[in-house]
Amino acid sequence: MADASASSNTNNTTKPAGPPGAKKPAGPPGSKKPAGPPGSKKPDGPTLPPGYGGDGGGCGLSRKDFSSDQDVRWCPGCGDYAILATVQRLLPELDVPKENTVFISGIGCAGRFPYYMDTYGMHTIHGRAPTFATGLKCANPELDVWIVTGDGDALSIGGNHLIHLCRRNLDTQVLLFNNKIYGLTKGQYSPTSEEGKVTKSTPHGSIDAPFNPVAVALGADASFVARTMDRDPKHMKAMMKASHEHAGTAFLEIYQNCNIFNDGAFFEFTERGTKASRALFVEDGEPLTYANGERGLRLDGLSLEAIDLTTDRWSVSDCLVYDASNREMAHLIGRMFDQPDLPRPFGVLYQTERPTYEQQLHDQLDAVRAERGDGDLETLLHSGETWTIDA
Amino acid sequence: MTSPSDPAADASTRSIPDATVLFAGDSGDGMQLTGAQFTLASAYARNDLATLPDYPAEIRAPAGTTYGVSGFQLHFGAVDIHTPGDKVDLLVAMNAAALKVHLSRVRPGGTVLVNTDAFAPRDLELADWSDADPLHDDTLDGYEVIEVPLTTLTREALSDTDLSKKQVDRSKNMFALGLTLWMYSRPLDPARDWIRNKFSDRPVIRDANLAVLKKGAHYAETIEAIGTRYQVDPAAMKPGTYRAVRGAEATALGLVAAAHQSGRSVFYGSYPITPASDILHEISKHKNFDVATFQAEDEIAAVGAALGASFGGSIGVCGTSGPGVALKTEAIGLGVMTELPLVIVNMQRGGPSTGLPTKPEQGDLMQAVYGRNGEAPLPVLAPASPGDCFYMAYEACRIATTYMTPVMLLADGYLGNGSEAWRIPAVDDLPSFTVENTTEPTDRNMMTDDDGNPQFLPYVRDDDTLARPWAVPGTPELEHRLGGLEKEHETGNVSYDPENHERMVKLRAEKVQRVTQSMPPVPVRGPRQGSLLVLGWGSTKGAIDEAVDRCHSEDTPVSAAHLRYVWPLPADLEALVDGFDRVLVPELNNGQLIRLLRNAYDAEFLPLNKIQGRPFRAAEICTAIRDALTPVAS
Ligand SMILES: Cc1ncc(C[n+]2csc(CCOP(=O)(O)OP(=O)(O)O)c2C)c(N)n1
Ligand code: SF4
Ligand SMILES: [Mg+2]
Repeated sequence: MADASASSNTNNTTKPAGPPGAKKPAGPPGSKKPAGPPGSKKPDGPTLPPGYGGDGGGCGLSRKDFSSDQDVRWCPGCGDYAILATVQRLLPELDVPKENTVFISGIGCAGRFPYYMDTYGMHTIHGRAPTFATGLKCANPELDVWIVTGDGDALSIGGNHLIHLCRRNLDTQVLLFNNKIYGLTKGQYSPTSEEGKVTKSTPHGSIDAPFNPVAVALGADASFVARTMDRDPKHMKAMMKASHEHAGTAFLEIYQNCNIFNDGAFFEFTERGTKASRALFVEDGEPLTYANGERGLRLDGLSLEAIDLTTDRWSVSDCLVYDASNREMAHLIGRMFDQPDLPRPFGVLYQTERPTYEQQLHDQLDAVRAERGDGDLETLLHSGETWTIDA
Repeated sequence: MTSPSDPAADASTRSIPDATVLFAGDSGDGMQLTGAQFTLASAYARNDLATLPDYPAEIRAPAGTTYGVSGFQLHFGAVDIHTPGDKVDLLVAMNAAALKVHLSRVRPGGTVLVNTDAFAPRDLELADWSDADPLHDDTLDGYEVIEVPLTTLTREALSDTDLSKKQVDRSKNMFALGLTLWMYSRPLDPARDWIRNKFSDRPVIRDANLAVLKKGAHYAETIEAIGTRYQVDPAAMKPGTYRAVRGAEATALGLVAAAHQSGRSVFYGSYPITPASDILHEISKHKNFDVATFQAEDEIAAVGAALGASFGGSIGVCGTSGPGVALKTEAIGLGVMTELPLVIVNMQRGGPSTGLPTKPEQGDLMQAVYGRNGEAPLPVLAPASPGDCFYMAYEACRIATTYMTPVMLLADGYLGNGSEAWRIPAVDDLPSFTVENTTEPTDRNMMTDDDGNPQFLPYVRDDDTLARPWAVPGTPELEHRLGGLEKEHETGNVSYDPENHERMVKLRAEKVQRVTQSMPPVPVRGPRQGSLLVLGWGSTKGAIDEAVDRCHSEDTPVSAAHLRYVWPLPADLEALVDGFDRVLVPELNNGQLIRLLRNAYDAEFLPLNKIQGRPFRAAEICTAIRDALTPVAS
């Protein structure tokens, strides 16, 4: 490689040539464009109602400080844009130095996420993001580590790592972009696709029973389990914030529309006409009601019953009051998945405090060091039976 | 390997240069412990030594069966000891099964000490010897046999204690130890000290063991059956402080030393697998050094976490065996692409698939050099002895961080479980290990991006090593993204540009090639020119050296060179190979290094392959050397 070192001249302050079209056209100096679907006129993108932004805050940075100069390459209209924008709006509000924020992703459309963030990041391999996050967080517990993953990435190839991450309780946020499809590989069914799903790989319909991701996380003893949706940026931001505040593995499932291969997969829960009656937003300490307060959930023995609050028969006081710290309740509500008469729950479904993995790891290292003192290499090498040959 | 030249019957003491002893018995007979104590005594006698345990594959095999036999082989001498021994001079068989399994390893005329109490019909039946009577038929013809009723004698020695029969019987290995220590004129004191220490809080057991040990030695002195007592003089070893060290232990110590000397923490991720688990066990004991251990959910998680830790500024290391390396393949490729330090320790075992989990083989060289998708080169190192595992583990960490690359360390179960007398290095003599993170923006490592903002360039390279900067999360102003998609030269941005891809593939290859700059000259045993060079790699060094030394003592003209830095091939190897008419390449596989050599050099390479899950015996290599030197009749 004759040109290997020659090409790195010492005063390189200009950008080395990249392939044509690799970068978006230059904007005015110092202005970083926030992410938005290409072609959208409003810089904030069409999906975010005004006022949900928070373009400034905790660390004195703004949203644009968190967007990289790389072209965002998701399909126009993809739900991933709203998620990216929400993260970029949230980060300035968090009290985290920018250099301490790291995004670790797996493979898939969702996996491209770190390239669009002007933070540290690593786009790893399919399904394994939790493993890299584990090593990184153990190496430096000060870092604020976010994992970005897809439904195939997290629950198919990476299912093993996900459950072990949850059980270990590494302090990290898992953003699972669930679009119930394999986006990047162009539309095969995923482990969250409904039974009977017709895709390129299942022309006669899928015969796999789907996972309910929050139930998987609860089953793996995640200490924080929540669900939100791309079409409700305000809720999404609140959930991301709550995930971030949680010390431990915060598992956040985000219903994300893939408008190319699975358009409308969650419209039942996200669109105006049906959202109220199909989506239930749980709040800790509040009765479980939905449909603008017209319906509620009560406990009938160990089963849930949807009740009509508009008649004299039931009132809000009959509704179950949500307790996000109650594991049994979380399992009951989190399991509402395929019963047509019950709504789909969103919000923080479960949260409990327990020691984090990296904290315990370092506590143990500190304890051993406190007990034995700093290791002395000379002594260690000479431990056990030794003998000396004199000169 | 020398037998007493004159089998005279008087119990005079005869000086011999070296001897190989094999203790074999049931898993519950304490053979590993007996072997370890004999080793210690030999160390106190200032002998050079090498040992190899031979554990049964089953965890708790039924007592008395052949597959429950546990062995410990020890080769010690007044001369240089390279291997745990080709042929056994003394076999101590605690039961019939042990005799059945190991008799074939005893040299003709060698000594067999049998515990006659364990040859009852039931014992013979368990050893699949139902119809035989090995103590009285011709099975032991041609061997010197010492029959000792070990169990009976131990019971007699302890007849006045309160110990249970089981406890009494358990100390019969001390009888055997005392007896064999006497036979080879070894001191009893190291074993005594050990017993006192080990059972300090159980005085009854302590005293019982001490008594039996002594009885064993006295018995040996008294009975007539032991015709000759041997003396093995101190070896002329380099001055220094020595200890016995196993390869797995030495590997762990090398990693600890790397953390200590670099001032950087080592993160060791692993999923248990034979024969690599002992590294995890050992390194876990030293957490007051800067080492963190992580028992992962699988090998993929282990390597992922190690690479993630390297991203965070630690030295990420993961240890496993071949099947685990197979699982790690994709993540190692990510390490190549992201150009982060990573050390993968492969304690090789017989393959393919689950293969021979407890048996050594050098079958994973091709996997190490080529076994990834895409053009994904990485340096491969291979320790040559148990103690060398220390240096090569340390070296692997140095190369990984100096060149920002994954490094594969190829040891095997023979090194991992085997031990040798290891001269403990002075910490100050270890190669210096400084590696800095990039912490500041500079003219060289920054550019202005399209938006007019300063942007760190994670793929600018060092002129000498071609390493890219190691900037870790938490460093202000150096934010960047790594990943498995092809990187644009210098910016590290995702790039699908055809020329860029070719350039990056070549740059990564050139970087690995430059690791040759860090390699010491290939050491040569014998003249640097001649008709035959024996060229091996990794764990076969002991057998090759012994074979070549034997040939030299017979004036057979042959030289040997050994690769510990296997890939890239060292820069001085070509000239060395050119100096010989032919090159014999012994390998414990079906011919892997030889393919790399044939691909690189224009010389005549002759394979010597052994694929039996067993190390080479020096004699096998001697024969191959003689054959290679014999002109072929045409
Ligand atoms: C080891 C491996 N197997 C298969 C693939 C191909 N692959 C890339 S992304 C993907 C599925 C992604 O689906 P999901 O995680 O749901 O992400 P999405 O694209 O929907 O965001 C697959 C199968 C790969 N990159 N690596
Ligand atoms: S394929 Fe679907 S998930 Fe992927 S970018 Fe396009 S719309 Fe988004
Ligand atoms: Mg998907």
